[in-house]
Amino acid sequence: MTAYLTLIVILPLAAVVAASGEDGWAGFWAAVSNPEAVAALKLSVLIAILAALVNAVLGTITAWVLVRDRFPGRSIVNSVIDLPFALPTIVAGLVLLALYSPSSPIGVHLAFTRWAIFMALLFVTLPFVVRTVQPVLLELDMEMEQAARSLGASEFTVFRRVVLPNIMPGILSGIALAFARAVGEIGSVVLISGNNPFHTEVASVYVLNQVHSGNRSAAAAVAVVLLLISFVILLLVGGIRRLATRHEYA
Amino acid sequence: MRRLALRTIALGYLAIVLLGPLAMIFFKTFEHGFGAFWDAVTAHESIVAFKTTLLITAIAVPLNTIFGIVCGLAIVRRRFPGKGIVNAFIDLPLAVSPVVVGVSLFILYGRGGWFYGVFENHGIQILFALPAMVIATMFVSLPFVAREVIPTLREVGEEQEQAAHTLGASGWQTFWRITLPSIRWAVIYGVVLTTARCLGEYGAVAIVHGYKTTATLQVQDYYENFNQTGAYAVSLMLAVVAVIVLISMILIRPREVEAA
Amino acid sequence: MSISIQNISKRFGDFVALDDVSLEVPTGSLVALLGPSGSGKSTLLRIIAGLERPDAGSVHLADEDVTASSPQDRAIGFVFQHYAAFKHMTVFENVAFGLKVRHRPKAEIRARVHDLLDLVQLEGLANRYPSQLSGGQRQRMGLARALAVDPKVLLLDEPFGALDARVRKELRVWLRRLHDETHTTTVIVTHDQEEAMEVAETVAVMNRGRIEQTAGPVELYERPKNEFVMEFVGAVNRLGDTFVRPHDLEVTVEPNGSTREAMIVRVVQLGFEARLELVGENGEQLAAQLTRDQVEVMELAPGQIVYVRPTRQTTFTE
Repeated sequence: MTAYLTLIVILPLAAVVAASGEDGWAGFWAAVSNPEAVAALKLSVLIAILAALVNAVLGTITAWVLVRDRFPGRSIVNSVIDLPFALPTIVAGLVLLALYSPSSPIGVHLAFTRWAIFMALLFVTLPFVVRTVQPVLLELDMEMEQAARSLGASEFTVFRRVVLPNIMPGILSGIALAFARAVGEIGSVVLISGNNPFHTEVASVYVLNQVHSGNRSAAAAVAVVLLLISFVILLLVGGIRRLATRHEYA
Repeated sequence: MRRLALRTIALGYLAIVLLGPLAMIFFKTFEHGFGAFWDAVTAHESIVAFKTTLLITAIAVPLNTIFGIVCGLAIVRRRFPGKGIVNAFIDLPLAVSPVVVGVSLFILYGRGGWFYGVFENHGIQILFALPAMVIATMFVSLPFVAREVIPTLREVGEEQEQAAHTLGASGWQTFWRITLPSIRWAVIYGVVLTTARCLGEYGAVAIVHGYKTTATLQVQDYYENFNQTGAYAVSLMLAVVAVIVLISMILIRPREVEAA
Repeated sequence: MSISIQNISKRFGDFVALDDVSLEVPTGSLVALLGPSGSGKSTLLRIIAGLERPDAGSVHLADEDVTASSPQDRAIGFVFQHYAAFKHMTVFENVAFGLKVRHRPKAEIRARVHDLLDLVQLEGLANRYPSQLSGGQRQRMGLARALAVDPKVLLLDEPFGALDARVRKELRVWLRRLHDETHTTTVIVTHDQEEAMEVAETVAVMNRGRIEQTAGPVELYERPKNEFVMEFVGAVNRLGDTFVRPHDLEVTVEPNGSTREAMIVRVVQLGFEARLELVGENGEQLAAQLTRDQVEVMELAPGQIVYVRPTRQTTFTE
C-alpha cells in the first residue's frame, strides 16, 4: 500500500521539487520571477480568491436554504450542486465559452476576458463551501438559537452571534479548499481564457505552455509554487479542523 | 419573507451558474440537427478517444479501489509509523493542480528523466503514451474510495470483526464476510466518484499524452480545429455520463449514510 | 406577571399535541406542568414562550395578548433541558448575552453577571467554556443566563431531566428557595411527580394533550379527579373498581370481617419504611406500606398469608 502511494503520489511530487532545483537556486528564482510567470501566478491567485469568496457567501446561503428550508425539489437541488464535481472541466469550459462568446445566445460577451476565467472558477468551486457548511449546520443545536431569541436577540443578532461563530470553521475550510482547487484549475479555463500572456494567462496554462515549448525546469518551477500553495492550504484546513473542535463537549 | 428571499437568492444563483451551462450543452449540440451530432460522435477520432478514456478508467478505478480499501483498513484498524503522513498524502491529489501532476511525470519518465533509461531499455514507452496517461489519472482519482471508506470504517467499529474472530473466522473470511459488506455502500459511492474523476480528467493528460487522446482531450482537439459540432457532441456524451453519475450519487448516498 | 392560556390547540401532522387547553397562572406563583412523554406539556411551555405557534387559542401575559408575538418580545426567561449553552462563548459571555443584546453598559453587565454567578454558585468559573463544566454547572449557568434579563416569567423545560439524582434534588431545593426570594412567575415542566409535588404550589396534570386536573399537591394526592391522576401522582392499588393507596391498606395477621386474604411475595426494607408486595385472592398485585416496626412486630415474611383491608378508598364515577 505504501509502495503504491509512493509510486503514484510521492515520487512524482518529489520529482517536481527536485527538477525545479535543477538549475540551482538561481535558476529556480529566475524561472519564478520571470515577469510572465509572476503575472500568471498573480492572476491565478487573485481570481481564485475572488471566486472562493463569492462562493463563500452564496454557498453559505445555499447551505442554509438546503438545511433549514423545505420546498419541492429540494433533494434534486441538493444533488445538482455536485455537478461541478461530476462534469469534466473541459466540457464546462466549452459551454462557458458558448455562453459568453461573441455569438452568445444571452448577449453576454465575456469570453477571452478575466471575467470569463472568474465565471469558470465560480462554476468549478461552487460545491466546496456548500458541502463544508452543510454538515456543520445540520449538527448545530437549534436550541442555542431559540435560547438567544428568548433572551431578546433579533434574528440578525442570532445569526451573527450564535450561528456564524459556529459555522465559521466550515466556511473557512470551504474557502480554503475552493481556493486550492481554483488556483490550479486548467480544464475549464484553457479554452476560454485565450491564453493572452500578462492578460488572461493563468498559472496552470503557463505551465502547460512551458512544457510544450520544452522549458521543463521553468514549468517545474511554477509547478512547485503551485504545489507549495496546495501544501499550505492543506495544513491550513487541518488547523481549522482542530480549532473548530476545541469547544466540543467531551 | 426572509425565508423566501434567501431561497430565491440561492436557487437563482444555482440556476445561473449550474443550469445555464448544462442547458447550453444540449442547445449547442443539436444546433445543426441530430444527424450532425451522430456523425461527430461516431467519427473515428471520437471512437478512439472514447475507447482510450474507457481503457484508462478501467485500469485506474479497480487499482484505486483496492488501494482505497487496503489503505482505509490500515489507517483505521492498525498502528504504524507515519500514519498521519499517509493520511495527509491521500488528500494531496485533491489540492494539487493537474498540471503539476503532468509536469512531474514529464520529469520522471521524459527524456533525461529519472526513470527514462529504465523503461527505454525495455522498449516500454511511458511518456506520450498510455502508461503516463494511466498514472496521471490514477494520481488525480486516488483519494475518493479511501476517503469514503475511512469514516465508514470508523463508525462501524471493530466489534463485529472481533465477534467473527471469536467464532473462529480467519482474517480473510472476516474481511470478505464481515468487513467488506459493512463498507459496501461507501466503496460503491467512492467508485462512482473515482470513475467520474477518471472520465473527466484533462489537465494532467493534456501534458503527457501522445497521439492518442482521451475524450476530454478530443473535445479540445475538435474545438481548436474548428469542429464545433464534434466538440459539443463529445461534450454531450460526457455530460450525459456526468448526469448519470449524479443520479447514482443521489441513489447511493442515503444508503451510505444509513449503513454507517 | 400573570399568564392566561385560553383554548390552546396544536397538532403536528396527525398527532394532536394539545387539545383545547386552558390554564391560569397567577402572578408570582410556581406552577408545574406534570405528565408523561407525549402529554403536550413541553409544547404548551414553548407556546407560552413563543417558540411554537398554536393552531388555535390565545396566550396572554399580564392581560396582553402575545399569541402572535416573537419570543424576543415576551420578556420571558427560558431554561432548556439540554442547556442550549452557547458553546463558543465563555460562562461569563453566556450569562451576559441577554444584557449585551440590550446594549447595557459594560460595567453594569459585569456587575450583574458576577452577582448572578455568585447566586448560582459558579463564581470563579466565569472564564470557562461550557464544555469544561459538569451538567449541573451548565444548567445553573442556563438559569443565571435566563435570570440575567429580569424576566417577568420564568419557563423551565424539564430543567433537571439530564442530571443525576443527587444533583437533581439539590437543584430542586435551590429553585424553590430562589422562587421564595424573587417571586417571579414560574412554570416548570416535568415528568417526575416527586419533583412537581416538592417544588410547585400548583400542579397541572396533563395527559394526551389535555389538562386532567389543576390543584395543589395535597389535593391532587387526596382528591384526584380521575384514575389517571391518581395513578400518576402516586402508587396505587386497584381492587376491582376501587383504588387504595399503599399506606391506606391495613395489614393484619388475623382475618377480621371485611378483610381479604393475600399472600406476601416480598418484603422490601427501605430504611424506616417497609413495603410489602402481595398477591390477592384473585391474583391481583398489591402493595402495602408499613413501618419497619410493624413488620417486626407482626413477624411478616415472604410466603405468609395475611389479611388486608383498605382504611380509605376512592372510586371514580364515570
